[in-house]
Amino acid sequence: MMRIECPWCGGRDETEFHYGGEAHIARPEDPDALSDEAWADYLFMRANPRGVHAERWMHAQGCRRWFNVLRHTASHEVVAVYPMGAPRPDLPETAA
Amino acid sequence: MARYSIFSLARNALTGHRDWPELWRSPEPRPAYEVVIVGGGGHGLATAYYLAKEHGVTDVAVVEKGWLAGGNIARNTTIIRSNYLWDESAAIYEHGLKLWEGLSRELNFNVMLRQRGVMNLAHTEHDVRESIRRVNANRLNGVDAEWLDAEGVKAFCPPISISPDVRYPVLGATLQRRGGVARHDAVAWGYARGADARGVDIVQHCEVTGIRRVRGRVTGVETSRGFIGARKVALVAAGHSSVLAQMAGLRLPVESHPLQAMVSEPLKPVLDCVVMSNAVHVYISQSDKGELVLGAGIDAFNSYGQRGGLHVLEDQLAALMQLFPAFSRARLLRSWGGIVDVCPDASPIVSKTPVEGLYINCGWGTGGFKATPSSGWAFAHTIARDEPHKLNAPFALDRFTSGALIDEHGAAAVAH
Repeated sequence: MMRIECPWCGGRDETEFHYGGEAHIARPEDPDALSDEAWADYLFMRANPRGVHAERWMHAQGCRRWFNVLRHTASHEVVAVYPMGAPRPDLPETAA
Repeated sequence: MARYSIFSLARNALTGHRDWPELWRSPEPRPAYEVVIVGGGGHGLATAYYLAKEHGVTDVAVVEKGWLAGGNIARNTTIIRSNYLWDESAAIYEHGLKLWEGLSRELNFNVMLRQRGVMNLAHTEHDVRESIRRVNANRLNGVDAEWLDAEGVKAFCPPISISPDVRYPVLGATLQRRGGVARHDAVAWGYARGADARGVDIVQHCEVTGIRRVRGRVTGVETSRGFIGARKVALVAAGHSSVLAQMAGLRLPVESHPLQAMVSEPLKPVLDCVVMSNAVHVYISQSDKGELVLGAGIDAFNSYGQRGGLHVLEDQLAALMQLFPAFSRARLLRSWGGIVDVCPDASPIVSKTPVEGLYINCGWGTGGFKATPSSGWAFAHTIARDEPHKLNAPFALDRFTSGALIDEHGAAAVAH
Protein backbone atom coordinates (compact mmCIF):
# COMPACT_ATOMS: atom_id res chain seq x y z
CA MET A 1 0.00 0.00 0.00
CA MET A 2 1.19 3.49 -0.82
CA ARG A 3 1.45 6.47 1.49
CA ILE A 4 0.36 9.70 -0.13
CA GLU A 5 1.06 13.17 1.22
CA CYS A 6 -2.16 15.17 1.16
CA PRO A 7 -1.16 18.87 0.91
CA TRP A 8 -3.75 19.76 3.56
CA CYS A 9 -4.00 16.72 5.86
CA GLY A 10 -0.52 15.23 5.67
CA GLY A 11 0.56 11.66 4.91
CA ARG A 12 -2.21 9.06 4.81
CA ASP A 13 -2.73 5.55 3.49
CA GLU A 14 -3.67 5.07 -0.14
CA THR A 15 -7.09 3.69 0.85
CA GLU A 16 -8.19 7.18 1.94
CA PHE A 17 -7.69 8.52 -1.56
CA HIS A 18 -9.49 8.34 -4.88
CA TYR A 19 -7.46 8.11 -8.08
CA GLY A 20 -8.31 10.58 -10.83
CA GLY A 21 -6.12 9.51 -13.72
CA GLU A 22 -3.67 11.49 -15.82
CA ALA A 23 -3.28 15.17 -14.90
CA HIS A 24 -3.03 18.24 -17.14
CA ILE A 25 -5.61 17.14 -19.71
CA ALA A 26 -7.28 20.45 -20.42
CA ARG A 27 -10.80 20.58 -21.82
CA PRO A 28 -10.60 21.94 -25.37
CA GLU A 29 -11.06 25.71 -25.54
CA ASP A 30 -13.25 25.56 -28.63
CA PRO A 31 -15.03 22.17 -28.81
CA ASP A 32 -16.99 23.13 -31.95
CA ALA A 33 -13.74 23.53 -33.88
CA LEU A 34 -12.28 20.22 -32.81
CA SER A 35 -11.56 17.48 -35.35
CA ASP A 36 -12.48 13.84 -34.65
CA GLU A 37 -8.78 13.07 -34.17
CA ALA A 38 -8.41 15.87 -31.61
CA TRP A 39 -11.52 14.65 -29.76
CA ALA A 40 -10.12 11.11 -29.69
CA ASP A 41 -6.84 12.40 -28.33
CA TYR A 42 -8.55 14.45 -25.64
CA LEU A 43 -11.04 11.77 -24.59
CA PHE A 44 -9.14 8.53 -24.94
CA MET A 45 -5.41 8.78 -25.66
CA ARG A 46 -3.19 8.65 -22.59
CA ALA A 47 0.55 8.99 -21.92
CA ASN A 48 0.67 5.86 -19.72
CA PRO A 49 4.45 6.07 -19.20
CA ARG A 50 6.66 3.58 -17.45
CA GLY A 51 8.31 6.17 -15.25
CA VAL A 52 7.19 9.41 -13.64
CA HIS A 53 3.47 9.99 -14.22
CA ALA A 54 1.58 13.20 -13.51
CA GLU A 55 -1.78 12.24 -12.04
CA ARG A 56 -4.68 13.51 -9.96
CA TRP A 57 -5.70 12.23 -6.55
CA MET A 58 -8.51 13.24 -4.24
CA HIS A 59 -8.50 12.83 -0.45
CA ALA A 60 -11.91 11.15 -0.45
CA GLN A 61 -11.95 10.20 3.23
CA GLY A 62 -10.31 13.39 4.43
CA CYS A 63 -10.57 16.95 3.19
CA ARG A 64 -12.11 15.80 -0.14
CA ARG A 65 -9.82 18.11 -2.09
CA TRP A 66 -8.07 17.36 -5.36
CA PHE A 67 -4.35 17.72 -5.97
CA ASN A 68 -1.68 16.57 -8.41
CA VAL A 69 0.99 13.97 -7.78
CA LEU A 70 4.12 12.92 -9.63
CA ARG A 71 4.54 9.21 -9.03
CA HIS A 72 6.83 6.59 -10.53
CA THR A 73 4.68 3.89 -12.13
CA ALA A 74 7.17 1.06 -11.58
CA SER A 75 8.42 1.83 -8.05
CA HIS A 76 5.17 3.58 -6.95
CA GLU A 77 7.34 6.22 -5.28
CA VAL A 78 5.57 9.58 -4.90
CA VAL A 79 8.15 12.13 -5.99
CA ALA A 80 6.12 15.36 -5.81
CA VAL A 81 2.75 16.71 -4.70
CA TYR A 82 1.47 20.02 -6.07
CA PRO A 83 -1.81 21.95 -6.34
CA MET A 84 -4.38 21.65 -9.09
CA GLY A 85 -3.73 24.25 -11.76
CA ALA A 86 0.00 24.46 -11.06
CA PRO A 87 2.36 23.40 -13.85
CA ARG A 88 4.14 20.07 -13.65
CA PRO A 89 7.35 20.54 -11.61
CA ASP A 90 10.67 19.81 -13.31
CA LEU A 91 12.41 16.79 -11.86
CA PRO A 92 15.57 16.29 -13.87
CA GLU A 93 17.07 13.86 -11.35
CA THR A 94 14.11 11.45 -11.57
CA ALA A 95 13.64 11.42 -15.32
CA ALA A 96 11.93 8.23 -16.42
CA MET B 1 8.93 -31.91 -34.34
CA ALA B 2 8.76 -35.17 -32.45
CA ARG B 3 5.06 -35.98 -32.09
CA TYR B 4 3.78 -36.91 -28.67
CA SER B 5 1.82 -40.15 -28.46
CA ILE B 6 1.43 -43.21 -26.29
CA PHE B 7 4.28 -44.74 -28.30
CA SER B 8 6.68 -41.84 -27.77
CA LEU B 9 5.81 -41.97 -24.08
CA ALA B 10 6.60 -45.69 -23.92
CA ARG B 11 9.81 -45.25 -25.93
CA ASN B 12 11.04 -42.47 -23.63
CA ALA B 13 10.06 -44.42 -20.55
CA LEU B 14 12.55 -47.08 -21.64
CA THR B 15 15.35 -44.50 -21.56
CA GLY B 16 14.27 -42.99 -18.27
CA HIS B 17 12.75 -39.87 -19.89
CA ARG B 18 16.23 -38.41 -20.44
CA ASP B 19 15.98 -38.02 -24.21
CA TRP B 20 12.88 -35.88 -24.74
CA PRO B 21 13.71 -33.21 -27.32
CA GLU B 22 13.62 -29.54 -26.33
CA LEU B 23 10.27 -27.91 -27.04
CA TRP B 24 11.89 -25.10 -29.01
CA ARG B 25 15.34 -23.94 -30.09
CA SER B 26 17.05 -20.84 -28.67
CA PRO B 27 18.57 -19.38 -31.83
CA GLU B 28 20.64 -16.23 -32.20
CA PRO B 29 18.56 -13.61 -33.98
CA ARG B 30 19.25 -13.31 -37.71
CA PRO B 31 19.93 -9.84 -39.18
CA ALA B 32 16.46 -9.57 -40.69
CA TYR B 33 13.06 -11.22 -40.90
CA GLU B 34 9.84 -10.75 -42.82
CA VAL B 35 7.94 -10.31 -39.53
CA VAL B 36 9.23 -9.50 -36.05
CA ILE B 37 6.70 -10.09 -33.28
CA VAL B 38 7.50 -8.11 -30.14
CA GLY B 39 6.35 -10.02 -27.07
CA GLY B 40 6.72 -13.74 -26.39
CA GLY B 41 3.60 -14.24 -24.35
CA GLY B 42 0.56 -16.29 -25.24
CA HIS B 43 -0.83 -13.88 -27.83
CA GLY B 44 2.54 -13.31 -29.50
CA LEU B 45 3.31 -17.02 -29.73
CA ALA B 46 -0.18 -17.77 -31.03
CA THR B 47 0.31 -15.05 -33.65
CA ALA B 48 3.59 -16.64 -34.75
CA TYR B 49 2.00 -20.09 -34.88
CA TYR B 50 -0.94 -19.02 -37.05
CA LEU B 51 1.29 -16.87 -39.28
CA ALA B 52 3.30 -20.00 -40.07
CA LYS B 53 0.44 -22.47 -40.20
CA GLU B 54 -2.42 -20.53 -41.78
CA HIS B 55 -0.47 -18.14 -43.98
CA GLY B 56 2.82 -19.90 -44.71
CA VAL B 57 4.79 -16.95 -43.29
CA THR B 58 7.69 -18.66 -41.54
CA ASP B 59 10.40 -15.98 -41.79
CA VAL B 60 9.34 -14.79 -38.37
CA ALA B 61 11.05 -13.95 -35.09
CA VAL B 62 9.34 -13.58 -31.72
CA VAL B 63 11.48 -11.35 -29.50
CA GLU B 64 10.86 -11.36 -25.78
CA LYS B 65 12.60 -9.14 -23.22
CA GLY B 66 12.25 -11.67 -20.41
CA TRP B 67 11.65 -15.36 -20.74
CA LEU B 68 9.03 -17.05 -22.83
CA ALA B 69 5.55 -16.89 -21.34
CA GLY B 70 6.63 -15.16 -18.14
CA GLY B 71 4.13 -12.30 -18.18
CA ASN B 72 0.36 -12.33 -18.01
CA ILE B 73 0.04 -15.79 -19.59
CA ALA B 74 1.68 -17.11 -16.40
CA ARG B 75 -0.25 -14.84 -14.05
CA ASN B 76 -3.90 -15.07 -14.99
CA THR B 77 -6.71 -17.14 -13.47
CA THR B 78 -7.14 -19.20 -16.69
CA ILE B 79 -10.86 -18.64 -17.16
CA ILE B 80 -12.23 -19.30 -20.64
CA ARG B 81 -15.69 -18.25 -21.87
CA SER B 82 -17.28 -16.41 -24.76
CA ASN B 83 -20.46 -14.96 -23.24
CA TYR B 84 -19.88 -11.34 -24.25
CA LEU B 85 -22.76 -8.99 -24.99
CA TRP B 86 -22.13 -7.37 -28.35
CA ASP B 87 -22.03 -9.12 -31.73
CA GLU B 88 -18.42 -8.11 -32.43
CA SER B 89 -17.17 -9.51 -29.12
CA ALA B 90 -19.27 -12.66 -29.27
CA ALA B 91 -17.84 -13.40 -32.71
CA ILE B 92 -14.17 -13.10 -31.76
CA TYR B 93 -14.44 -14.74 -28.33
CA GLU B 94 -16.62 -17.58 -29.64
CA HIS B 95 -14.15 -18.18 -32.46
CA GLY B 96 -11.55 -18.43 -29.71
CA LEU B 97 -13.58 -20.90 -27.69
CA LYS B 98 -13.99 -23.10 -30.77
CA LEU B 99 -10.23 -23.01 -31.32
CA TRP B 100 -9.74 -23.94 -27.65
CA GLU B 101 -11.98 -26.96 -28.11
CA GLY B 102 -9.64 -28.42 -30.71
CA LEU B 103 -6.39 -26.98 -29.42
CA SER B 104 -4.79 -29.97 -27.68
CA ARG B 105 -5.20 -32.05 -30.84
CA GLU B 106 -4.14 -29.20 -33.11
CA LEU B 107 -0.96 -28.51 -31.15
CA ASN B 108 -0.28 -32.15 -30.19
CA PHE B 109 0.13 -30.71 -26.73
CA ASN B 110 -2.30 -31.15 -23.86
CA VAL B 111 -3.57 -27.70 -22.86
CA MET B 112 -5.78 -29.39 -20.26
CA LEU B 113 -8.97 -27.61 -21.24
CA ARG B 114 -11.73 -28.43 -18.79
CA GLN B 115 -15.17 -27.21 -19.80
CA ARG B 116 -16.69 -27.33 -16.38
CA GLY B 117 -19.05 -24.38 -16.78
CA VAL B 118 -18.74 -20.69 -15.93
CA MET B 119 -21.40 -18.94 -13.85
CA ASN B 120 -21.72 -15.16 -13.72
CA LEU B 121 -23.80 -14.32 -10.65
CA ALA B 122 -26.56 -11.73 -10.38
CA HIS B 123 -27.13 -10.06 -7.01
CA THR B 124 -29.58 -7.25 -7.72
CA GLU B 125 -32.70 -6.70 -9.76
CA HIS B 126 -30.65 -4.80 -12.30
CA ASP B 127 -28.05 -7.59 -12.43
CA VAL B 128 -30.85 -10.06 -13.14
CA ARG B 129 -32.20 -8.02 -16.04
CA GLU B 130 -28.76 -7.42 -17.52
CA SER B 131 -27.84 -11.08 -17.17
CA ILE B 132 -30.99 -12.34 -18.87
CA ARG B 133 -30.44 -9.79 -21.61
CA ARG B 134 -26.93 -11.14 -22.07
CA VAL B 135 -28.14 -14.75 -22.16
CA ASN B 136 -30.56 -13.79 -24.93
CA ALA B 137 -27.88 -11.86 -26.82
CA ASN B 138 -25.50 -14.82 -26.52
CA ARG B 139 -28.08 -17.25 -27.89
CA LEU B 140 -28.81 -15.01 -30.85
CA ASN B 141 -25.08 -15.13 -31.58
CA GLY B 142 -24.87 -18.91 -31.31
CA VAL B 143 -23.08 -18.80 -27.95
CA ASP B 144 -24.39 -21.32 -25.43
CA ALA B 145 -25.94 -19.59 -22.43
CA GLU B 146 -28.52 -20.40 -19.79
CA TRP B 147 -30.21 -18.49 -17.00
CA LEU B 148 -30.31 -20.19 -13.59
CA ASP B 149 -32.41 -18.97 -10.67
CA ALA B 150 -30.97 -19.11 -7.16
CA GLU B 151 -32.05 -22.73 -6.64
CA GLY B 152 -30.47 -23.62 -9.97
CA VAL B 153 -27.22 -21.94 -8.90
CA LYS B 154 -27.19 -23.98 -5.70
CA ALA B 155 -27.86 -27.20 -7.62
CA PHE B 156 -25.06 -26.49 -10.10
CA CYS B 157 -22.60 -25.38 -7.41
CA PRO B 158 -23.46 -26.93 -4.02
CA PRO B 159 -20.81 -25.15 -1.89
CA ILE B 160 -22.20 -21.70 -2.69
CA SER B 161 -24.39 -19.83 -0.24
CA ILE B 162 -27.70 -18.51 -1.59
CA SER B 163 -28.79 -17.23 1.82
CA PRO B 164 -31.15 -14.24 1.49
CA ASP B 165 -29.78 -12.83 4.76
CA VAL B 166 -26.86 -10.96 3.21
CA ARG B 167 -26.52 -7.52 1.69
CA TYR B 168 -26.24 -8.86 -1.87
CA PRO B 169 -27.87 -12.31 -2.02
CA VAL B 170 -27.44 -14.54 -5.06
CA LEU B 171 -30.58 -14.09 -7.16
CA GLY B 172 -29.44 -16.17 -10.11
CA ALA B 173 -26.66 -16.58 -12.64
CA THR B 174 -25.85 -16.94 -16.28
CA LEU B 175 -24.22 -20.25 -17.10
CA GLN B 176 -22.01 -21.06 -20.05
CA ARG B 177 -21.43 -24.80 -19.86
CA ARG B 178 -18.73 -24.76 -22.55
CA GLY B 179 -16.71 -22.29 -20.50
CA GLY B 180 -14.03 -23.47 -18.12
CA VAL B 181 -10.33 -23.35 -17.45
CA ALA B 182 -7.10 -24.52 -19.11
CA ARG B 183 -3.48 -24.99 -18.17
CA HIS B 184 -2.06 -21.53 -18.84
CA ASP B 185 1.60 -22.46 -19.35
CA ALA B 186 0.74 -25.36 -21.63
CA VAL B 187 -0.99 -23.01 -24.06
CA ALA B 188 2.11 -20.87 -24.44
CA TRP B 189 4.44 -23.85 -24.61
CA GLY B 190 2.25 -25.62 -27.15
CA TYR B 191 2.10 -22.59 -29.43
CA ALA B 192 5.85 -22.00 -29.02
CA ARG B 193 6.64 -25.60 -29.92
CA GLY B 194 4.32 -25.50 -32.92
CA ALA B 195 5.72 -22.20 -34.18
CA ASP B 196 9.33 -23.29 -33.67
CA ALA B 197 8.71 -26.51 -35.58
CA ARG B 198 7.50 -24.43 -38.53
CA GLY B 199 10.68 -22.35 -38.56
CA VAL B 200 9.83 -19.41 -36.31
CA ASP B 201 12.80 -18.14 -34.27
CA ILE B 202 11.91 -17.52 -30.62
CA VAL B 203 14.50 -15.11 -29.18
CA GLN B 204 14.33 -14.66 -25.42
CA HIS B 205 16.14 -12.04 -23.32
CA CYS B 206 16.02 -9.61 -26.21
CA GLU B 207 14.47 -6.28 -25.27
CA VAL B 208 13.21 -3.92 -27.95
CA THR B 209 14.52 -0.42 -27.32
CA GLY B 210 13.45 1.32 -30.50
CA ILE B 211 11.40 0.95 -33.65
CA ARG B 212 13.27 2.11 -36.75
CA ARG B 213 11.27 3.83 -39.46
CA VAL B 214 12.19 5.28 -42.82
CA ARG B 215 9.73 7.67 -44.46
CA GLY B 216 6.83 6.48 -42.31
CA ARG B 217 7.55 2.81 -42.92
CA VAL B 218 8.89 0.31 -40.42
CA THR B 219 12.31 -1.16 -41.23
CA GLY B 220 13.09 -3.06 -38.03
CA VAL B 221 13.63 -2.93 -34.30
CA GLU B 222 16.56 -1.86 -32.15
CA THR B 223 17.10 -4.43 -29.43
CA SER B 224 19.43 -5.18 -26.55
CA ARG B 225 21.02 -7.72 -28.92
CA GLY B 226 21.42 -5.35 -31.85
CA PHE B 227 19.30 -4.19 -34.76
CA ILE B 228 16.91 -6.70 -36.32
CA GLY B 229 15.51 -5.73 -39.69
CA ALA B 230 11.86 -6.46 -40.48
CA ARG B 231 9.39 -5.66 -43.22
CA LYS B 232 6.62 -5.91 -40.65
CA VAL B 233 6.68 -5.40 -36.90
CA ALA B 234 3.85 -6.65 -34.70
CA LEU B 235 3.53 -5.35 -31.14
CA VAL B 236 1.92 -7.80 -28.69
CA ALA B 237 3.19 -6.54 -25.37
CA ALA B 238 0.09 -6.33 -23.15
CA GLY B 239 0.91 -4.03 -20.20
CA HIS B 240 3.89 -2.47 -21.99
CA SER B 241 2.05 -1.64 -25.21
CA SER B 242 2.05 2.12 -24.59
CA VAL B 243 5.81 2.09 -24.03
CA LEU B 244 6.43 0.31 -27.34
CA ALA B 245 3.89 2.35 -29.28
CA GLN B 246 5.57 5.52 -28.10
CA MET B 247 8.80 4.32 -29.73
CA ALA B 248 6.93 4.60 -33.03
CA GLY B 249 5.39 7.95 -32.13
CA LEU B 250 1.93 6.54 -31.42
CA ARG B 251 -0.36 7.35 -28.52
CA LEU B 252 -2.73 4.60 -27.39
CA PRO B 253 -6.08 4.75 -25.56
CA VAL B 254 -4.62 2.31 -23.05
CA GLU B 255 -3.73 2.54 -19.38
CA SER B 256 -1.70 -0.09 -17.53
CA HIS B 257 -2.92 -1.29 -14.16
CA PRO B 258 -1.97 -4.01 -11.69
CA LEU B 259 -4.35 -6.96 -11.55
CA GLN B 260 -3.81 -9.32 -8.64
CA ALA B 261 -4.69 -12.94 -8.11
CA MET B 262 -4.07 -15.47 -5.37
CA VAL B 263 -4.31 -19.15 -4.54
CA SER B 264 -5.14 -21.05 -1.39
CA GLU B 265 -3.35 -24.10 -0.12
CA PRO B 266 -4.39 -27.23 -2.06
CA LEU B 267 -7.71 -28.67 -0.92
CA LYS B 268 -9.60 -31.80 -1.85
CA PRO B 269 -11.99 -31.33 -4.79
CA VAL B 270 -14.76 -29.04 -3.63
CA LEU B 271 -15.58 -26.70 -6.52
CA ASP B 272 -16.03 -28.13 -10.01
CA CYS B 273 -17.12 -24.98 -11.85
CA VAL B 274 -16.01 -21.38 -12.29
CA VAL B 275 -17.95 -18.75 -10.33
CA MET B 276 -17.70 -15.06 -11.13
CA SER B 277 -19.47 -12.18 -9.42
CA ASN B 278 -19.34 -8.61 -10.66
CA ALA B 279 -21.38 -7.15 -7.84
CA VAL B 280 -19.67 -8.52 -4.75
CA HIS B 281 -16.66 -8.90 -6.98
CA VAL B 282 -14.60 -12.02 -6.90
CA TYR B 283 -14.06 -14.92 -9.25
CA ILE B 284 -12.99 -18.37 -8.21
CA SER B 285 -12.22 -21.83 -9.52
CA GLN B 286 -10.29 -24.80 -8.21
CA SER B 287 -7.15 -25.93 -9.99
CA ASP B 288 -6.26 -29.54 -10.69
CA LYS B 289 -3.74 -29.30 -7.87
CA GLY B 290 -6.60 -28.38 -5.55
CA GLU B 291 -5.78 -24.72 -4.99
CA LEU B 292 -8.64 -22.26 -4.95
CA VAL B 293 -7.70 -19.69 -7.59
CA LEU B 294 -9.08 -16.21 -6.87
CA GLY B 295 -9.07 -12.87 -8.58
CA ALA B 296 -11.07 -9.67 -8.88
CA GLY B 297 -10.56 -6.01 -9.65
CA ILE B 298 -7.61 -3.95 -10.78
CA ASP B 299 -5.79 -1.46 -8.59
CA ALA B 300 -7.09 1.95 -9.61
CA PHE B 301 -3.80 3.67 -10.40
CA ASN B 302 -1.49 3.31 -13.41
CA SER B 303 1.36 0.94 -12.74
CA TYR B 304 4.03 -1.23 -14.30
CA GLY B 305 5.02 -2.68 -10.93
CA GLN B 306 3.39 -6.16 -11.16
CA ARG B 307 2.05 -5.76 -7.63
CA GLY B 308 -0.87 -4.04 -5.98
CA GLY B 309 -2.35 -3.08 -2.64
CA LEU B 310 -3.36 -5.56 0.05
CA HIS B 311 -6.74 -3.86 0.49
CA VAL B 312 -7.71 -4.98 -3.02
CA LEU B 313 -7.12 -8.59 -2.00
CA GLU B 314 -9.02 -8.07 1.26
CA ASP B 315 -12.04 -6.79 -0.66
CA GLN B 316 -12.20 -9.89 -2.82
CA LEU B 317 -11.77 -12.17 0.18
CA ALA B 318 -14.67 -10.42 1.88
CA ALA B 319 -16.74 -11.12 -1.23
CA LEU B 320 -15.60 -14.73 -1.19
CA MET B 321 -16.69 -15.13 2.44
CA GLN B 322 -20.20 -14.01 1.55
CA LEU B 323 -20.45 -16.45 -1.37
CA PHE B 324 -18.59 -19.39 0.19
CA PRO B 325 -18.61 -19.16 4.01
CA ALA B 326 -17.15 -22.68 4.10
CA PHE B 327 -13.89 -21.41 2.63
CA SER B 328 -13.22 -19.10 5.58
CA ARG B 329 -10.79 -21.60 7.11
CA ALA B 330 -8.75 -22.09 3.94
CA ARG B 331 -5.30 -20.58 4.13
CA LEU B 332 -3.87 -18.51 1.32
CA LEU B 333 -0.62 -19.69 -0.19
CA ARG B 334 0.46 -16.72 -2.27
CA SER B 335 -0.68 -13.72 -4.28
CA TRP B 336 0.84 -12.00 -7.26
CA GLY B 337 0.16 -9.27 -9.78
CA GLY B 338 0.34 -8.75 -13.50
CA ILE B 339 0.09 -5.60 -15.59
CA VAL B 340 -3.05 -5.35 -17.69
CA ASP B 341 -3.58 -2.94 -20.57
CA VAL B 342 -7.06 -1.52 -20.24
CA CYS B 343 -8.99 0.25 -23.01
CA PRO B 344 -11.76 2.75 -22.28
CA ASP B 345 -14.40 0.39 -23.70
CA ALA B 346 -12.96 -2.81 -22.15
CA SER B 347 -12.43 -4.22 -25.64
CA PRO B 348 -9.11 -4.99 -27.33
CA ILE B 349 -7.25 -3.40 -30.22
CA VAL B 350 -6.16 -5.82 -32.96
CA SER B 351 -5.25 -3.49 -35.73
CA LYS B 352 -3.08 -1.89 -38.34
CA THR B 353 -1.58 1.43 -37.27
CA PRO B 354 -0.91 4.75 -39.01
CA VAL B 355 2.72 3.59 -39.40
CA GLU B 356 3.11 1.38 -42.47
CA GLY B 357 4.22 -2.13 -41.60
CA LEU B 358 3.44 -1.70 -37.89
CA TYR B 359 0.63 -3.71 -36.33
CA ILE B 360 -0.64 -3.73 -32.78
CA ASN B 361 -2.51 -6.21 -30.62
CA CYS B 362 -3.26 -4.88 -27.13
CA GLY B 363 -5.95 -3.69 -24.78
CA TRP B 364 -7.18 -7.16 -23.81
CA GLY B 365 -7.09 -5.81 -20.29
CA THR B 366 -8.26 -8.20 -17.65
CA GLY B 367 -9.58 -10.90 -19.99
CA GLY B 368 -6.89 -11.76 -22.50
CA PHE B 369 -6.19 -15.37 -21.58
CA LYS B 370 -9.42 -16.75 -23.00
CA ALA B 371 -8.75 -14.95 -26.25
CA THR B 372 -5.23 -16.27 -26.78
CA PRO B 373 -6.13 -18.48 -29.77
CA SER B 374 -8.48 -16.09 -31.57
CA SER B 375 -6.30 -13.07 -30.87
CA GLY B 376 -3.30 -14.77 -32.47
CA TRP B 377 -5.45 -16.16 -35.28
CA ALA B 378 -6.96 -12.80 -36.23
CA PHE B 379 -3.71 -10.87 -35.74
CA ALA B 380 -1.80 -13.30 -37.97
CA HIS B 381 -4.39 -12.70 -40.70
CA THR B 382 -4.03 -8.94 -40.28
CA ILE B 383 -0.25 -9.09 -40.55
CA ALA B 384 -0.07 -11.57 -43.44
CA ARG B 385 -2.74 -9.87 -45.58
CA ASP B 386 -2.09 -6.33 -44.41
CA GLU B 387 -5.80 -6.04 -43.69
CA PRO B 388 -7.94 -7.16 -40.77
CA HIS B 389 -10.10 -10.26 -40.83
CA LYS B 390 -13.79 -9.50 -40.40
CA LEU B 391 -13.49 -10.90 -36.86
CA ASN B 392 -11.09 -8.18 -35.76
CA ALA B 393 -12.01 -5.34 -38.15
CA PRO B 394 -14.31 -3.79 -35.49
CA PHE B 395 -11.40 -3.82 -33.01
CA ALA B 396 -9.39 -1.26 -34.98
CA LEU B 397 -7.42 1.54 -33.39
CA ASP B 398 -9.49 4.11 -35.31
CA ARG B 399 -12.72 3.21 -33.47
CA PHE B 400 -11.67 5.78 -30.87
CA THR B 401 -11.81 8.40 -33.59
CA SER B 402 -14.96 7.16 -35.31
CA GLY B 403 -16.75 6.59 -32.01
CA ALA B 404 -17.67 2.97 -32.82
CA LEU B 405 -16.72 1.75 -29.36
CA ILE B 406 -17.57 -1.78 -28.20
CA ASP B 407 -18.53 -1.35 -24.57
CA GLU B 408 -18.00 -4.64 -22.75
CA HIS B 409 -17.66 -3.39 -19.18
CA GLY B 410 -20.64 -5.51 -18.19
CA ALA B 411 -19.29 -8.75 -19.64
CA ALA B 412 -15.68 -8.09 -18.67
CA ALA B 413 -16.45 -9.29 -15.13
CA VAL B 414 -13.68 -7.16 -13.67
CA ALA B 415 -14.34 -3.65 -12.44
CA HIS B 416 -12.22 -0.98 -14.03
